[in-house]
Amino acid sequence: MVKVSIDGLHKAFESRVRLGIMSVLAVNDRIDFNSLKEYMGVTDGNLASHLKTLEKEDFIGVEKSFIDRKPNTKYYMTREGKKAFDQHLKVLEQIINAQK
Amino acid sequence: MKDEQDYIRDIAEIRSMMERSSKFLSLSGWAGIMAGIYALAGAYIAYNVYSFNPHELVNNQIHLENVSYNLPNVIFLAIVILILAVCTASFLSYRKAKKRDEKVWNATSRRLLANMAVPLLAGGILILILLSKGIIGLIAPLTLLFYGLAIYNASKFSYDEMKFLGLIQVGLGLAGCWFIDYGILLWAIGFGVVHIVYGIYMHFRYER
Repeated sequence: MVKVSIDGLHKAFESRVRLGIMSVLAVNDRIDFNSLKEYMGVTDGNLASHLKTLEKEDFIGVEKSFIDRKPNTKYYMTREGKKAFDQHLKVLEQIINAQK
Repeated sequence: MKDEQDYIRDIAEIRSMMERSSKFLSLSGWAGIMAGIYALAGAYIAYNVYSFNPHELVNNQIHLENVSYNLPNVIFLAIVILILAVCTASFLSYRKAKKRDEKVWNATSRRLLANMAVPLLAGGILILILLSKGIIGLIAPLTLLFYGLAIYNASKFSYDEMKFLGLIQVGLGLAGCWFIDYGILLWAIGFGVVHIVYGIYMHFRYER
């Protein structure tokens, strides 16, 4: 399945929320759901569905644990996700440079 | 296909998310200015009212009865200044975070505090040990030294400029260890004057 659109950008990063999630994970080893929600300013359901999309692409990994018997879900960027994100940045840079 | 503006917005979003999630930027320049004023007032009271000005490294038990200054009062004063400065900084950060539409207690502020806590706790415990052994002369310089290390460490998780604040405090602390006579003066310069100058700089740089 081709997941790259005409301009060479990965479809997974078309949503600004998903792009934001990847940006946060690029500079944080691990981040929990609530912190992500605060940074993005989106609802639980919305964030969860975007996370699911990235998870399906194998761009992010999930780590489930319990703190004081409450579930605590943490997310991290996989090696594949890092590669795709770096590639995305490179293409963005090229497009903007070409249009100058 | 998106247009150029969309791509530029994408990049702006990436930048802002990286910064928001890795740096705590709700520290106020006013916190530095106020902490500096408290410190200057405290140093003035300690020096003039309690005559606190250790000339020697060690005051052993025999001499402790003869010293002119009132050590418990000075310690109490120092704790009051610390609490005032921390409360002021917390309150101002809370206000600034609210204005920036962020929470003051979030992943970045927790990380900032955790990274400050290690040098501060180590320094605090060392100072208690020195106090119990009567090595009074090193206490003021060591508060500067360990505070400077904590700030230097914290700069990675907040404003880059904090690095310079930290290094200056470390330098003043080390100078104070060498020139014990000037310990209280250097303390007043570090916690007082340097904080005020730093606070004014940060206020004009980021808050106007």
